[in-house]
Amino acid sequence: MGMTISQKILAAHAGKEHVEAGELLNCQLDVILGNDVTAPVAITEFGRLARDHVFAPDSIVLVPDHFTPNKDIKSAEQAKIVRDFARQQGIKNYFEIGQMGIEHCLLPEQGLVVPGDLIIGADSHTCTYGALGAFATGVGSTDMAAAMATGEAWFKVPESIKFVYYGTAPRWVGGKDFILHAIGDIGVDGARYMSMEFTGEAISRLSMDNRFAMANMAIEAGGKNGIIAADEITLAYVKDRAQRPYRIYQSDPDAVYVQTIEYDVSKLEPVVAFPHLPENTRPVSEAGEVWLDQVVIGSCTNGRIEDLAAAAEILKGHKVYSGLRLIILPGTQAIYLEALRRGYIETFIEAGAAVSTPTCGPCLGGHMGILAKGEKALATTNRNFVGRMGHPESEVYLSNPAVAAASAVKGKITPPWEV
Amino acid sequence: MKFTGKVYKFGSNVDTDAIIPARYLNTFDPDELARHCMEDADADFPNKVKSGDIIVAEKNFGCGSSREHAPIAIKGAGVACVVADSFARIFYRNAINIGLPILESPEAAAAIQEGDEIEVELESGQIRNLRTGEIYKATPFPEFMQEIMARGGLINYVKDTKQ
Ligand code: SF4
Repeated sequence: MGMTISQKILAAHAGKEHVEAGELLNCQLDVILGNDVTAPVAITEFGRLARDHVFAPDSIVLVPDHFTPNKDIKSAEQAKIVRDFARQQGIKNYFEIGQMGIEHCLLPEQGLVVPGDLIIGADSHTCTYGALGAFATGVGSTDMAAAMATGEAWFKVPESIKFVYYGTAPRWVGGKDFILHAIGDIGVDGARYMSMEFTGEAISRLSMDNRFAMANMAIEAGGKNGIIAADEITLAYVKDRAQRPYRIYQSDPDAVYVQTIEYDVSKLEPVVAFPHLPENTRPVSEAGEVWLDQVVIGSCTNGRIEDLAAAAEILKGHKVYSGLRLIILPGTQAIYLEALRRGYIETFIEAGAAVSTPTCGPCLGGHMGILAKGEKALATTNRNFVGRMGHPESEVYLSNPAVAAASAVKGKITPPWEV
Repeated sequence: MKFTGKVYKFGSNVDTDAIIPARYLNTFDPDELARHCMEDADADFPNKVKSGDIIVAEKNFGCGSSREHAPIAIKGAGVACVVADSFARIFYRNAINIGLPILESPEAAAAIQEGDEIEVELESGQIRNLRTGEIYKATPFPEFMQEIMARGGLINYVKDTKQ
């Protein structure tokens, strides 16, 4: 019986020829990631192991991105725990303010994660790296602590659902819409414990930035990981970045899937997820009159250069709707600089947007744009749970960057073609 | 391990932002997190929950973020055990890793009501409703996970087994 890419990567890291869904494995890890919220807990747990040194400092990546630049004393103390630990353990992949970015934009950009890798991160959106043809999944802080000490983690080999996207996507429809549509279809636990494998001609044509947005939201369907087989587009992306050798895996023709789901993307429209679950999706033209107080463009889902390009294209020559707050957060310093060079930042500021240094900020209701009671925001982020961006009685809607930019201009949820 | 406790019942897809909102993630002190446990799902929960109480929920409990602060807050609030129809993957893993007892039982989640008194036996996965006398079965844990739990979490397990 054949194996899926996910199963092959797990097998290779467990030193096995063949594995089957349901098997428990102990695997060697290539990368272990933590941030300023999860790493302090992991560092404390690591301390309980009474070991002087981490197993392999070069496999650990620490990115303070959630509450940074620090929003208050407590978060500054947390960031300091991470900084001090990195120094003490000789962890070179610690990214200070000024070099950092949102972790899931930063790691691929820096070539720290490559095709064929097995990656765990104490952050649920670690699944983003599946876009590179790697097996990447989120874990908690204690798993991170144990992995820092041993270089290993246990996994249950997942079953897989195969998603086949065919046809040609209309203008303004991209990776974010592909994944939101799937989540709307199967629900927020539709892929619980499973691997989501994205395939088909529409995926082959998709840029890396769009692929990252897709794999990023596998967790919003409950998935263990999202994965796209590496191809020429992937290789062109990793060629000059990869800091380690990489390996390309393909699923076997006779690999077993619990389900195969097909979507004709030529029939899709940009998708909006309504409060308070990512599965509450509607085509943008059926959104109705939803007036907004705030629009946020950024995050590990849509804070990359193509996302900013789409926003800039729409905002050029327009003004943000009077009374609406538009906040734009480039995902990394490199993306910020590239947006500056291309003139996008000027476009944003002329339109009346606030542009920020990279941070998770409002995405998790941390800082930089918290909502008051009763306020509504449209965001290019990935979660719209109750209270996600602020007050428990505020509302978050999710969309792609073009819809977000168009809505910032019109003041209410608006399709891009109406600007 | 056996627990008897009063039930607080929650619905489907209780997410980690509801269990512990991100605005409190600038600390990982269990007592402080406990003061805001389940706050965005039931604002009064931190005041009324008592040590030994049990949370029963429907599908996909703990979906969303990987924050271990979520099971830490629940454990910190004194909740003895969480029974759900199903758990989101990372929450499931985290609960086992930090030693918060959890059980997956669709029949228990469907039948048990808010305020019921239930008795949970971890090893056998048997749940008894003291109000109705009904008995529900939970999915047993793989042996390897039982061992992690028996040692009080992953850190102890690593300490004991990997030197
Ligand atoms: S941008 Fe949002 S979803 Fe992504 S890592 Fe940061 S808080 Fe999490």
